[in-house]
Amino acid sequence: MSATPTVEDGYVDGNALAGPLAEIFAVDVTSVVGCCSGCRTSGPLARLRVYGPAPGLVARCPECDQVMLRLVQAETDAWLDLRGTLSLRIPRSQA
Amino acid sequence: MAGTAVPGRLGERLRWRVATLVDQRAETESAHTLVLKVPGWPGHLAGQHVDVRLTAEDGYSTQRSYSIASAPDSELVELTVQRVPDGEVSPYLVDQLAAGDQVELRGPVGGWFVWRPEQSEPVLLVAGGSGIVPLMAMIRVRRAVSGRSPFRLIYSVRAPEDRIYLPELRRGDPGLDTAYLYTRRVPEGWPRLPVRLGTQDLASNGWPAEFEPTVYVCGPTGFVELAADMLVDLGHDAGRIRTERFGPSGG
Repeated sequence: MSATPTVEDGYVDGNALAGPLAEIFAVDVTSVVGCCSGCRTSGPLARLRVYGPAPGLVARCPECDQVMLRLVQAETDAWLDLRGTLSLRIPRSQA
Repeated sequence: MAGTAVPGRLGERLRWRVATLVDQRAETESAHTLVLKVPGWPGHLAGQHVDVRLTAEDGYSTQRSYSIASAPDSELVELTVQRVPDGEVSPYLVDQLAAGDQVELRGPVGGWFVWRPEQSEPVLLVAGGSGIVPLMAMIRVRRAVSGRSPFRLIYSVRAPEDRIYLPELRRGDPGLDTAYLYTRRVPEGWPRLPVRLGTQDLASNGWPAEFEPTVYVCGPTGFVELAADMLVDLGHDAGRIRTERFGPSGG
């Protein structure tokens, strides 16, 4: 997964959240279903549009562009802002 | 197949592991496959990726994500890296890394853009450029388990020499059909002019929507969005279209 950024390639998708959030969550987040608090659309976090990496990752709803998730990794702590996310539906067993 | 199951990581945070380059081969002029030995590797699913971290002597550190190209094979993990001319990491990995050198690696990660051997429905793989890499892992896992689900691959490249894994794709697999598309220059004797992926390509080389295939699309953002939109126009359920874009994390 590597390519030269271009104007239209200004973001990646939520698959890019898998590594950074695996430091925090015990389950894979890309198949977690998030509900956007802006437009109420639900979908796997893999579908979000992710901008970054500096100063942090910003993940936006692919439908209404609202910021659903922000992650800033500082030296000793990670800051996770989920105010744009109404809920996360997390599979309890991943075969 | 031993090592296919990815053990749940409950209770164990993902950690960086030290990987050692044991072999390297050129797939095209700009894409090389790195064979890494990763002690304690837990196995992976086709479509998952890893983060690779390089740290300079002065402590400066940078990381990139790369799709896993290989089927699970004990402690060996293969990544195919495309050299990005002005990139910070990929020229080093492709041109400088030598057998015995070490990098840090974290993974496998990702559970959405994956194909599992127990899936029995038809599968359509749509690759743009080096987007073939995670899709090749799916083809290889299917082969490793003698999978029966029918696969079709549509592989779009700029020019004939850009095709990664060509010898292996030419050997083929039972139940896998491969179609190539050239966007800048076609091979000699090719019946078409260079074209971008079109609805007709997805219709004639893919599966009818009524077959309810799972579709995996990987490539640059523009390519992926175009393909996904056309698939929806052809009647495919958006819930069965799984996409992975490359992006600015590259280089």
